[in-house]
Amino acid sequence: MADAEILLEPLIPALRRYAYALVRDHDAADDLVQDTLERALSRWTLRRSDGDLRAWLFTIQRNLHVSALRQSQRRGAHVELDEATTPSSAAPQESNIEIQDILATLDRLPEEQKSLLLLVGVEDLSYDDAAKVMGVPIGTVMSRLSRGRQRLRTLLETGRATLLRRVK
Amino acid sequence: MTANDFPVGEDELQAFVDDRLDGDRRAAVEAHLAAHPELAERVASERRQRAILRSRLDAKFAEPVPARLRIANLRAARRNFRTRSWTSAAAAVALFVAGATAGWFANSIAPAPLAPAPAATVAQGAHAAYRTFVVEVAHPVEVGAQQEVHLLQWLSKRLGRKLAAPDLSPFGYRLMGGRLLPGGSGAAAQLMYDDASGRRLTIYVRATEGKETAFRFQKEGEAATFAWIDQGFGFAVTATATRDELLPIAEAVYRSFEGKS
Repeated sequence: MADAEILLEPLIPALRRYAYALVRDHDAADDLVQDTLERALSRWTLRRSDGDLRAWLFTIQRNLHVSALRQSQRRGAHVELDEATTPSSAAPQESNIEIQDILATLDRLPEEQKSLLLLVGVEDLSYDDAAKVMGVPIGTVMSRLSRGRQRLRTLLETGRATLLRRVK
Repeated sequence: MTANDFPVGEDELQAFVDDRLDGDRRAAVEAHLAAHPELAERVASERRQRAILRSRLDAKFAEPVPARLRIANLRAARRNFRTRSWTSAAAAVALFVAGATAGWFANSIAPAPLAPAPAATVAQGAHAAYRTFVVEVAHPVEVGAQQEVHLLQWLSKRLGRKLAAPDLSPFGYRLMGGRLLPGGSGAAAQLMYDDASGRRLTIYVRATEGKETAFRFQKEGEAATFAWIDQGFGFAVTATATRDELLPIAEAVYRSFEGKS
């Protein structure tokens, strides 16, 4: 277990970056990272020593995120209650200031495309490792990546068009 | 025939966007893009977006790591949890040995039946409630999760303890709701959760006598229970699961109730 600290600590900034891009709330992102690290520590001896540690951690984190996402979708009513108790949610404000925030646009992609754009484009995971994290064949990774990037481009371009119209 | 004669694939365009092509194939893609301005425009735009996304997240990457995420702190928290459980377990064993020894000497004078440990009583109560309501199809809970705030206020009031529903989403369980039950000399609260496959899990809480204890595991039929006592309340987590599956969930529930009285 002594190696856990040395091996895990350098990877925390990347986990926090991926988590923040996924949930877009600083505290919730750190909660996600904490859950990820706790799970990694509790399964430390079970990890494959030949596998890529980064890919393993991203896999844990993404799985935790996806299952929380599924749950909040099923619990629609509950989410509304939460929002009702915290009226000063950051999202609407942010969207007023930065209409073209690339992260807000990225949020509109399906999770699989969003995660891939982040894992490959930002975290520099190899296509092979990204396929392992997502649990899909590499061919699927390539086609999702291509679709995700085209979709993001279209969204950003239409967003810009809308903005221009509004300015006129 | 040279490598340049092979048609350019969509996957190579993506690898080009990611700067992961080299040598001949990179040259082939560049040549292809030079001949197809519309495609070149698309690829250039995707490369720009990739760069914008990266720089947008630079600040997050550069932030100092908060103390709560330092591995040393996370491990200390885990160790504490385990040591606490161990010391309590050791104390329980010592008490048991003392009791047994006393019993041995007292035996000849007045044989008294040993009262069951409070944690065991809590586990039994939790298990009975689990068995009764988990099979219930029409009314598994008295108040559903859609009225979570009301449910928790009501249960907290009757229980005499602030009750929050632990978030078990990392384990795939979501809150269904809860109900009030008779328990010991007062009231008991049961929170019910289920997962995507419809498996149900309950958390049972009631006021109880007795000192803080370690986790106590009990399996009756299919249902497994972890029970413990903390700050005058007995807690139990029950589900159809193995010991290893249930332990991390019980730990998470313990953590979420710890220090919130």
